[in-house]
Amino acid sequence: MSTTRRSGEQSWLQFLKRPKRGVPEGLWLRCDGCSATVFRNQVEENLNVCPECDHHFQVPTAVRLRQLLDPDSFEEWYADMAPGDPLQFADRVSYRDRLKAEQKKTGLKDACTVGRGYMRGRPLVFGMTDSSFIMGSMGSVVGEKLTRAVERATELKLPLVVVSGSGGGARMHEGILSLMQMGKVAAALARFRQARGLFISVLTNPTMGGVAASFASLGDVILAEPRALVGFAGPRVVQATCKMDLPEGFQTSEFLLKHGFIDRIVHRRQLRSEVARIIDYCTR
Amino acid sequence: MRHVLPFEKPIFELEEQLAALEAQPAPTPAVQDSIQRMRVEITRMTRERYENLDPWEIVQVSRHPERPQTADYLELLFDEFVELHGDRAFGDDRAIVTGFAKLDRRRVMVVGHQKGRTLKERNEFFYGCAHPEGYRKARYRMKMASRYGLPIVCLIDTPGAYPGVGAEERGQAYNIAVNLRDMSTLEVPIVCVVIGEGGSGGALGIGIGDHVAMLQNAYYSVISPEGCAGILWKHSEHADKAARALKFTSRDLLELGVVEEIIPEPLGGAHRNHRHTATAVKSSIVAALKSLETLSVEELLERRYQRFRRIGVFEETGSA
Repeated sequence: MSTTRRSGEQSWLQFLKRPKRGVPEGLWLRCDGCSATVFRNQVEENLNVCPECDHHFQVPTAVRLRQLLDPDSFEEWYADMAPGDPLQFADRVSYRDRLKAEQKKTGLKDACTVGRGYMRGRPLVFGMTDSSFIMGSMGSVVGEKLTRAVERATELKLPLVVVSGSGGGARMHEGILSLMQMGKVAAALARFRQARGLFISVLTNPTMGGVAASFASLGDVILAEPRALVGFAGPRVVQATCKMDLPEGFQTSEFLLKHGFIDRIVHRRQLRSEVARIIDYCTR
Repeated sequence: MRHVLPFEKPIFELEEQLAALEAQPAPTPAVQDSIQRMRVEITRMTRERYENLDPWEIVQVSRHPERPQTADYLELLFDEFVELHGDRAFGDDRAIVTGFAKLDRRRVMVVGHQKGRTLKERNEFFYGCAHPEGYRKARYRMKMASRYGLPIVCLIDTPGAYPGVGAEERGQAYNIAVNLRDMSTLEVPIVCVVIGEGGSGGALGIGIGDHVAMLQNAYYSVISPEGCAGILWKHSEHADKAARALKFTSRDLLELGVVEEIIPEPLGGAHRNHRHTATAVKSSIVAALKSLETLSVEELLERRYQRFRRIGVFEETGSA
């Protein structure tokens, strides 16, 4: 589909695609999907989807909230929760410095935002992880916020929608405490499920490791944006272990759909209406 | 041939000298005297070395090829083991062994990672790295145990869940996730022991317990030291630095409140004496089961929920 759309403007696109220097930072974007150079403005107006190839760019928290929830309907919970440094962790950079840099870069205290909002008029508890904050990895704050969100969804008898983006999985810098967050959120989801709560998990590019191996895979319905990278082990690790070329489209949304691990692939344009529709089917 | 870890070398050299002396048919009093002194020296050296293991050395001990594995504990710790194979969906993952067992007079369900001893076994067991079917097999047996009131004993010893094409195709992430969720509501006591390597999600996938103990020289980590070094230090040769940074030794985890107990190992590591190690593991499991059995199902489940619920370190000003 994307190729036909492109054909009319082939020469212009060829021109745009050629490697060049001095592109003003911020005005243009290079698409990871088709390598076309596209106007940032145009992409942003298109829900951060490439107008050329439909590649779904990663979306910052504030934008995602605006895209998905009804205007001004989001009431953020636990916004003051901030990460500690339980291990006094340092690699080449200390975790504290890394946190400061990431906080400055994203304007977030940590990767996760939770709260209550409306989607097309339907009340719900909403959570998301932002893959731009230390790869959207799950440390204590992400685990705690999501667990509280699940617990409150249980109390309030509201559907729960979590949009995950995490290339990092469980956050190394908080060591074993990060791993335990997987169990903590999963246990809260078990109780939510026993209380017949509806959990819709939305997977975005990328959702890997400990995030994929806990809450993100536990949706009653699991939706994924097109061509998102979703899996347990990183593709490079898999390749190194198997010592063979990875199959075409390995660990993409389409791969997961084919193998039976997600329910639907949904274009970002339809995400709100799809989630709203599923809520309507599953709530009385 | 015994496997010698680099830092054990001086100890082994002395032990070889000792063996040579002891092999003398008619030792003079002088030789007997030096045998005696050498024995004392070996014990002193071993104790000193093993009391001061660096986290990276602990990883090496935890991976020692002669370290007791699930198969050894099944032999030494339980009076009977009735293996139950397969996951009813895909196959029989040999990296996780499941079955009924008798622990003194108690009937229990055992779930344990299997690394394998011989090369053939190791290849069949993928060195203890389970596939999705392994986690599904474990889940099937644990749910069964819950229905029949059998306490569950999990023996954790894996470098991690298998990172392969087939594992991804068959839902590695999903199957671990479901284990985490479903184990949290099983209506029987779950006692876990990290006997060697506690490798990330692959370990936690059978690690949601009411009582989690670690052998002294086991480690339990969010990521392997090599993996962490590869990402954060850009090369796996910095694994020793990652091992120190990750705080994953039994002492660290006890301090962090992630495990309840450290099971001491015999002098020189568990691989030096399987029987003593098994005895210590057994008394830990039995004591844990005894205390958990006094709880009602509601108490047990609430306690298990809170056990994980309280884990995490963060700051909150209370302004929002």
